[in-house]
Amino acid sequence: MSKEIYITETNCITPLGFDVESNIEAILRGDSGIQLHSDISLMPNSFYASIISDEKINSAFAKISTEPKYSRLEKMMILALEPIIKNSGVQLNSKTAFILSTTKGNITALQNQSEESFNNAHLDVLAATIANFFGFQTQPIVVSNACVSGILAVSIAKRMIQSELYDNIFVVAGDEVSEFVLSGFNAFQAMSDLPCKPYSKNRTGVSLGEATAAVLVSAEAKNAKIKVIGDSSINDANHISGPSRTGEGLFRSIQNALKEAQIDANKLDYISAHGTATPFNDEMEAIALNRLGLQNVPVNSLKGFYGHTLGSSGLLETVIAIESANRSMLFESKGFDEIGVSEAVNVIEKNEEASIEYFLKTASGFGGCNTAVVFEKVK
Amino acid sequence: MISNKTNIQSYIKIENNEIVLNGTSVFKTEPTDFADFAKQAYRNFEMQYPKFFKMDALSKLAFLGSELLLSPIVSAEKENNIALVLANKSSSLDTDVKYQESISDKENYFPSPAVFVYTLPNICLGEISIRHQLKSENSFFIFDAFNGEFLSNYSNILLNTNKADLVLCGWTEFFNDNYKAFLCIISAAENENYKNENINTLYHK
Repeated sequence: MSKEIYITETNCITPLGFDVESNIEAILRGDSGIQLHSDISLMPNSFYASIISDEKINSAFAKISTEPKYSRLEKMMILALEPIIKNSGVQLNSKTAFILSTTKGNITALQNQSEESFNNAHLDVLAATIANFFGFQTQPIVVSNACVSGILAVSIAKRMIQSELYDNIFVVAGDEVSEFVLSGFNAFQAMSDLPCKPYSKNRTGVSLGEATAAVLVSAEAKNAKIKVIGDSSINDANHISGPSRTGEGLFRSIQNALKEAQIDANKLDYISAHGTATPFNDEMEAIALNRLGLQNVPVNSLKGFYGHTLGSSGLLETVIAIESANRSMLFESKGFDEIGVSEAVNVIEKNEEASIEYFLKTASGFGGCNTAVVFEKVK
Repeated sequence: MISNKTNIQSYIKIENNEIVLNGTSVFKTEPTDFADFAKQAYRNFEMQYPKFFKMDALSKLAFLGSELLLSPIVSAEKENNIALVLANKSSSLDTDVKYQESISDKENYFPSPAVFVYTLPNICLGEISIRHQLKSENSFFIFDAFNGEFLSNYSNILLNTNKADLVLCGWTEFFNDNYKAFLCIISAAENENYKNENINTLYHK
């Protein structure tokens, strides 16, 4: 019998708030972080994205450190981790690991041609900076696996604690909206002209977003917010920049995660899906969910609130889904109007009360990667 | 957790214009750049996979290494549950820098989707998965230097929890024409060949 694994602390830094409570209040009000921006240092044309104001980051950061050397993303990551490390009381010793997940990290450092700045664009340097701020004793582990990074990090943390390498693992995930990423998604013609509309008929693509999220994954049941009971991360082996038309990798990931969790698909009360609002992604997810008989399970994408926060999204959305389960409340899939995928899915149209004993979090990304993790509410 | 003993089944190293498979040099060129070396290696082993020429350097490096390890053991008839666990220091920075150059000069702004897609280190895992039809666990990690202990621990977790039957794990580092790949296959099968070695000793050999 494997060790039981829990998430005992959560936090997030987003345009909707700098703690979990303020994020949930904003979601319940129906606020979205996605706004129209005109900033030629980011994009030649105006664009919709979910961006945190520099002022808010700096004033929050000033309360915990006066050190000026940290980048914007580093401040966001430190802000996400600081309260949960403090709250948890966990000793940062040889049995406490630190996982950082991101797709692009300090990619904005490449805009400056100095050697020092180039060094900061390295993900191991970013991780060392964050680890040193808090004084972690173990070597940081960086997971960079496209848009599944944040949720994959939870899965990796679970596995490492079950194998008894560590007792506690702090996980932080973060990505920024940058000229680099905006121009790339735009070159792929994957950007929406309006705030993104996951699973809707008139969806035309993603709105990008930025956020950091942090959790403590632990073998300690005390103060547990949720139990992590199954996980899998299977590649489509189909295409590097588009999902499998049959949803094969996602289908298998969910199937394996349910098998490990030892629950039938019909036990799931809620699915926090990826829902980027690109035509292909949402269609692929609908197909995979139908193949598993999950078409009637309430599903949402939180991209309508936060945009696509890349490597951060899987962890941020897990943090919100945990609140959903513990508050017995399904949150609307913001931006959804008329169903626009070829197979039925039960998209949550308005906030509603519901008992959530088991839920599934999924993500998919470039490179054909997919991750599925099953969670169980703590009784 | 019960952890079964696992063994290194085979390994490969690519550096300094040379490919060493299970300790034996199988291909070597005169000093040249990586693009030329990779092309010569591809031709030498008659790989017949034209997509290779569309890949960025990191993917080519990972592809070459995995090709020689996986081709003899992957079966087209059945499912191959071979997990991919790769790591490096420079992530996809070699391609990131090239992409950044394509957007830095507003007079000469030409972001290309074909370049952008390679600005993620895990794309090479996708390339290997497609080539060998591996619908399996895969993840890419970043460390400041080769971390044999982590690669070995994580591979053993995948094997011991039956998430994979075999693991292809290793280090694929590429930046600015400096490269080193070290890949090995690990599984629970008995193998006496490397009983006095481990992932660290083989990497540093």
